[in-house]
Amino acid sequence: MSPVFLAQVVDLLSALVLLLGFGLLAQRRIYALLHLFAWQGLFLAANTAIVAYGAGVRHLYFSALLTLVMKVALIPYILHVLIQRMKIERDVETMVNVPLTLLIGIALVVLSYNVMSPIQEFSTLMTRSTLAIALATVMLGLLMMITRRHAVAQVIGFLAMENGLFFAATSATYGMPMVVELGVALDILIAALIFGVFFFQIRTTFESLDLSKMARLKEDVGE
Amino acid sequence: MMLTGLLIAPVVTAVPLAFYGHRRFAPYVNMAGSAAAFLFSVGLAWQVFDQGPIQTSGGSFFVDAFNVFLAVLTAFVSMTTAAFSRPYMAHEFKQGRVGPRRMRLYHAMFQLFIFAMLLALLTNNMGILWIAMELATLATVLLVSLYRTPESVEAAWKYFILCGVGIAQALFGTTLLYFAAERVLGEGGTTLHWTNLNAAASSLEPTILSLAFVFFLAGYGAKVGLVPLHNWLPDAHSEGPTPISAVLSGLLLNVALYAVVRCKVLVDGATGTNRAGQLMMAMGLLSLVVAAFALFLQRDVKRMFSYSSIEHMGIMAFAFGLGGKLATFAALLHMLVHSLVKSSIFFTVGHASHMHGTQQMDRIQGIIRGNPLVGWGLVVGVMAIAGLPPFGVFVSEFLILTATMREAPFLAPILLLGLAVAFAGLLRKVQPMVFGAPPAHQVPVRAAHVPVILHLVIALVLGLFIPSFLSQWFETAVSMMRW
Repeated sequence: MSPVFLAQVVDLLSALVLLLGFGLLAQRRIYALLHLFAWQGLFLAANTAIVAYGAGVRHLYFSALLTLVMKVALIPYILHVLIQRMKIERDVETMVNVPLTLLIGIALVVLSYNVMSPIQEFSTLMTRSTLAIALATVMLGLLMMITRRHAVAQVIGFLAMENGLFFAATSATYGMPMVVELGVALDILIAALIFGVFFFQIRTTFESLDLSKMARLKEDVGE
Repeated sequence: MMLTGLLIAPVVTAVPLAFYGHRRFAPYVNMAGSAAAFLFSVGLAWQVFDQGPIQTSGGSFFVDAFNVFLAVLTAFVSMTTAAFSRPYMAHEFKQGRVGPRRMRLYHAMFQLFIFAMLLALLTNNMGILWIAMELATLATVLLVSLYRTPESVEAAWKYFILCGVGIAQALFGTTLLYFAAERVLGEGGTTLHWTNLNAAASSLEPTILSLAFVFFLAGYGAKVGLVPLHNWLPDAHSEGPTPISAVLSGLLLNVALYAVVRCKVLVDGATGTNRAGQLMMAMGLLSLVVAAFALFLQRDVKRMFSYSSIEHMGIMAFAFGLGGKLATFAALLHMLVHSLVKSSIFFTVGHASHMHGTQQMDRIQGIIRGNPLVGWGLVVGVMAIAGLPPFGVFVSEFLILTATMREAPFLAPILLLGLAVAFAGLLRKVQPMVFGAPPAHQVPVRAAHVPVILHLVIALVLGLFIPSFLSQWFETAVSMMRW
């Protein structure tokens, strides 16, 4: 396959990752959210594998496999089991102003392109054009964590942000050194387990995973 | 050998504690493990003092005057905190606030947390530094929610989510750093080694490094608690068990600031300017002023002292940002004395809140009559942290102020304002708690006095004179930074 064609496939998959980032922002249903997240992981893994093939970087195949196992299988599975066991699949979030959130998302994408364009000039890799998309994916995950009020949605925002970070490492440098990548994966796995523990703690103390009930810790202004 | 021992001691201690952490002997195991780590850290410091910076054969670990002093401090405070935690947690256990399972979790995670901080300090790899910082968050997040009250669960969730957001920015910064470094040093595991990056700093692309620093500062700065990324800190530091508050405020903030400074050295090397420092100065001053005014609004005693930590981290970030021999020296000294004094304050506050069964300041009165050592410990601690002579904090703040007058005189009034407001705020709040008649609901508790006295005596000695080995040590650390 010609390098130009591969680069175009990489661009296409990156665009899909970004699109799913927007999908996550707007989706209200918990299961659908989980599926979108798994799809994002799948496109990310495919993207990584193609970069590995196109650039001939052997260790990226391993990274792709790691993503596939962690982000498409293991973590969605853990979350799925938790959702089922805690019977929260019927929770539908009340979300305020989805169009506005999406507009802010678009602004963040533009911002990411602005920030990364001087940096991209230093790159000679086949993935140079996707660096801005990676930052945009991180930013969308961040936005999701801020705007969402449901614990599961915030966690998926966190994980989507991590997808963006992994994506950034692939597009900037064909992946971080192996030690670092494995350590990061381990941290994410521990984080996912702790999130699970938290779901139970939040459920038992607040009777719901809707975090708008959490408002005890505020500054007492005006004594 | 010392290095291996230092890193392995907490892990080895954590294993039995995970299984027997609820037993009567567990606090002693905890103390012994921390004491062993402290001995190893002193041995390591001796090596560094004797032979200069040490780098392990693969280059994975790098110990110089800057991080070894923080490692000794970390091991020391964790040792005294373990001693304080014994009567404190025994009280919580007796009151039924924590059951056996949570005692096991508490003890094991305490040691794991110490390990994560030591790893962050001693590693040479900027990627591992990130992993260790995240590990430190993960180890403490379940400790913040240890009591399972709605407040503590909320605090822990906020801590987890906001620090997660923050730390993600730092990982993006690390990616950018690797991107810049790969063009100079080539691909591979050693490219992210701080020593290699530092040697090649002048040839790293300044545009990329400047952007990377913004992400580093946002990421690690959130963990330092710099305003406007400080939202999680007062909650996390006030809702968890007090020994954890002491190590979070006294140690973890230092480690996060250490990470920022390491990044700053690289960025300064690449850009040849002090733009990174200016960013730190701005955030530092903002933190100082915002936190100083926030002190007045607090009702929860631990929350108030968490704001005081933000204030002091602001001062340190400002001083490191200012750069120059004097300010950097003062910042290092401030890290040391703040850590000692703040943890001792948390020790006394922990006992005081046990005596009154609450952390609400308006229900805490007459501590001195109830328990003179705890009461006077708090008074002396607050005097020290507010920057009164003859304590160490006074010396470091005075040096920072002198450096500011010389380098950036127009910022000195803001610095003075922040310090004065914080001083007034602390004094106003603490006075009614310690003096006066004890209320009816006050009960006596068994307190650990030795850690408090030890910390305050060291802070006092450092205010009167700085031993020559320490000043020599700081000067070596100062000379490694550039500006």
